Amino acid sequence: MKWGVVSFPGSLDDRDALWALRDVLGQDAALLWHKDEALGGAECVVLPGGFSYGDYLRCGAIARFSPIMKSVASFAADGGLVLGICNGFQILCEAHLLPGALTRNRSLAFVCDFVNLRVENAATPFTRAAHRGEMLRLPIKHGEGCYVAPEDELRQLEERGQILLRYVDERGEAADAANPNGSMRSIAGVANDRFNVFGLMPHPEHAVEAMLGGVAGRKIFESIAGAAR
Amino acid sequence: MSEAPAAAPGEPKVDLAAARAHGLTEAEFAEIARILGRVPTFTELGVFSVMWSEHCSYKSSRKHLKTLPREGPNVVGGPGENAGAIDVGDGWVAVFKIESHNHPSYVEPYQGAATGVGGILRDIFTMGARPIASMDSLKFGAIGHPRTRYLVNGVVGGIGGYGNCVGVPTVAGEVMFDPGYNGNILVNAFALGLARREDLQSARARGVGNPVLYVGSATGRDGIHGASLLASAEFDSESEAKRPTVQVGDPFTEKLLIEACLEAIKTGAIAAIQDMGAAGLTSSSSEMAGRGGLGVELDLDRVPLREPNLSPYEILLSESQERMLIVAEHGREAELAAVFEKWDLHAVVIGTITGDGRWRARFRGKVVADIPVSALSDDAPLYDRPAAPPKRPPIEARPSAAIARPEPAAALRALLSSPNVASRRMVFRQYDSLVLSNTVAGPGGDAAVLRIKGSRRGLALKVDSNPRACALDPYLGAIATVCEAARNVACTGARPAAITNCLNYGNPERPEIMWQFARGVAGLGAAARAFNTPVISGNVSFYNETEGRAIPPTPTIAVVGVFADVSLNIKHYFSFPGDLILLVRTAPPSLAASEYADLHRIHGGELAAIDLARERRLLDGLVECAERRLLRSAHDVSEGGMAVALAEACFNPERDLGAEIEPVATDADAEAWFGEGVSSVILSAPAENLKATHDIFAPLEVRPIGRVSAAARLKLGRWFDEDVAALRGLYEEALPGRLGRHD
Repeated sequence: MKWGVVSFPGSLDDRDALWALRDVLGQDAALLWHKDEALGGAECVVLPGGFSYGDYLRCGAIARFSPIMKSVASFAADGGLVLGICNGFQILCEAHLLPGALTRNRSLAFVCDFVNLRVENAATPFTRAAHRGEMLRLPIKHGEGCYVAPEDELRQLEERGQILLRYVDERGEAADAANPNGSMRSIAGVANDRFNVFGLMPHPEHAVEAMLGGVAGRKIFESIAGAAR
Repeated sequence: MSEAPAAAPGEPKVDLAAARAHGLTEAEFAEIARILGRVPTFTELGVFSVMWSEHCSYKSSRKHLKTLPREGPNVVGGPGENAGAIDVGDGWVAVFKIESHNHPSYVEPYQGAATGVGGILRDIFTMGARPIASMDSLKFGAIGHPRTRYLVNGVVGGIGGYGNCVGVPTVAGEVMFDPGYNGNILVNAFALGLARREDLQSARARGVGNPVLYVGSATGRDGIHGASLLASAEFDSESEAKRPTVQVGDPFTEKLLIEACLEAIKTGAIAAIQDMGAAGLTSSSSEMAGRGGLGVELDLDRVPLREPNLSPYEILLSESQERMLIVAEHGREAELAAVFEKWDLHAVVIGTITGDGRWRARFRGKVVADIPVSALSDDAPLYDRPAAPPKRPPIEARPSAAIARPEPAAALRALLSSPNVASRRMVFRQYDSLVLSNTVAGPGGDAAVLRIKGSRRGLALKVDSNPRACALDPYLGAIATVCEAARNVACTGARPAAITNCLNYGNPERPEIMWQFARGVAGLGAAARAFNTPVISGNVSFYNETEGRAIPPTPTIAVVGVFADVSLNIKHYFSFPGDLILLVRTAPPSLAASEYADLHRIHGGELAAIDLARERRLLDGLVECAERRLLRSAHDVSEGGMAVALAEACFNPERDLGAEIEPVATDADAEAWFGEGVSSVILSAPAENLKATHDIFAPLEVRPIGRVSAAARLKLGRWFDEDVAALRGLYEEALPGRLGRHD
């Protein structure tokens, strides 16, 4: 399957996503430059982590105006698969390709740690290799990952099954103490209502090798690769 | 033919008073006039004052630094470059260096620490290496001091704010609290990069007529005299007013600069490159020209400015961040400019390399500075300052045997929650330790472990310091510091390969400080020679004093080790119930300069002599055991002694394990349980590996002292038996409890 990983100025985990996809998982992946509009025939576009444009205004607020984002928006409108990781999730929210917004962590501090996640909906292109209720251990590293949305929006997300991942404790409970950033309803990742755009704060690309923090992240990429077949 | 430099419009008069205000002595001012054959212009005075500052010229330290071992079969590149480099195999070289940003961080903690990170990263990628890891050694005042919490939040925020945004993982570090730093904190920033050997760059200008290219951020008024007035003078009550001399960092631009520079290097159009660090445009241009034995002419009107109407003095002395100076191959400057344009960065030709050995700057058509390059780069004053031991010991010495012996179980609990032992998780959780996908072991272990992509090889790195030991004996303390950093690296299974150092001391004009410094350098050299770990780069920070009170002597030592096969790396925590727990040590532990003594407010004592051959055996033994897969864990005994090390080894991140330790010493033997000093390690291994381990470490004794248990309880002799979860609670909660929560 063909993957395109977008490099914005200030993207950091673009190389990591490329490494995970191409060198570890053997996928056909390439970097896409933010000033270009071409998506290079990608079947899945990845918006990576980092601090696009320094995130000096609001996370993702400038990147959404990059030339390539026009193509990403029409690609998504045509049903193409888009995965936004961390800063990529923030960009997708800013571009209104995903509902809600990501605000400053409850602690007001950056947090880098491994967290437990529970798969809430496994009937999507992004989670189909997992099963509902499965626990994934993935790293997070962000200062603005507190997911917020209006109450009626949250209710809709729940009803339609758009919440794909939640922060949980070791027993799988969405306890407040296990919520690393104060996200509403412990939301770690959401999809759009057509389930072809998915954003998550945790970094699956940093959990694909046993020596470097486990292989739970493979579930996300393997789901996508399987969905495209 | 040279025209006499003109004073820029409105420049102040140059006289001895002006020179003194610039931190120059009367003799230095006279020497400048002798070199020039005239009174310098105000611009020239500024240029001399920064280049001859302690920070830039190493005028008090050079004599001693020359005695350090710098060569080795693995050392790549000559001295005098921006950072040292070693060959780590498979065509890769590791480039690394540590540098202080102490005074700026005290005056403006967030920006001071942030620009410390930015500056050291530029020293690495200017060599053509991609920065892949950072570490920081931080020293704060007493944890209860009213300013400490503010400084910790600012410094940690600044390191994270810059490092996280620039995309270089912060993988290890150290944090210490001690009243000796109440008025002068230390922020020492380390960075390491990887390059293919053939891609290493030089900062030696070559090619008369080659254009000089300015790249990166525009120049503003920030940081003027950061090096000369802030870094090269003691603190006093006026120091807060020096806040404008602290630079402001922009990690986003630095990230673009890293990518653009590494891409530009690939064109082959770069003859030499150096970052604009301390003393900015002045130092980068004069040092590159000086190394090449050439001259340089700068046209200051072409320098990109952040605001109009900067004087030539300000342009030359600005320490605005995220700027680099490149000597391009003649005719290929457009190729380079295209790369920087792609990354939306300035790239402007602002000068030319000349053959006349002069450092010349023009402004509005007139020459405003014309100085022999050698006067700035090589011929700065060199001082052999008097050194003498203090008349009385710095701290009233009391024999360690006099230490009161309180109830040991209470002491262990107190140590686990003491600010210098407790978990640093609340600090390192604020740093991205994972980006770039190389981090095999991040913060919290004995040393960080990184893999090298596309190779079986890997690196281990650790930064350490031991100011309490150095305060008792600056020579033995420095040796102990090197031993500890090397031991931490060897505990992971990596072979210690090279050292970088940041030497933090007080005012070198005082003989007792100069004595501490000279003894520290001697100790560093002795240990480096014994371990065959050359000192490939470093930095000296003097004048760490406030109102006449110097910090404890603090040589900060970073050791980098190499794995032939990184998959053989060893963790610091127990993993298998039933494994034997082994103690290996080179000498009996001592309470002098220990955390236990500090807990009881007893300072003083004497450090025992250190047998470097036995220390070397310990390091070699650890590496050999790892290579032969004999060990399941290895953990250095440091602050808090063996009892604390055993507790830490039970904190397995997957699930707590326990340890049952035989009564190796009497319950009241504080030296055995809480003593520090060089050197002890706690190992765990399957029982069948005991004999092989024993043979490898000989003549050091390998002493089985207990077993790892599945039940998560720590049992020490007959005096301690407690749930590991409770101990972990003490260990994890102590710092957030003192400094404020972040979750």
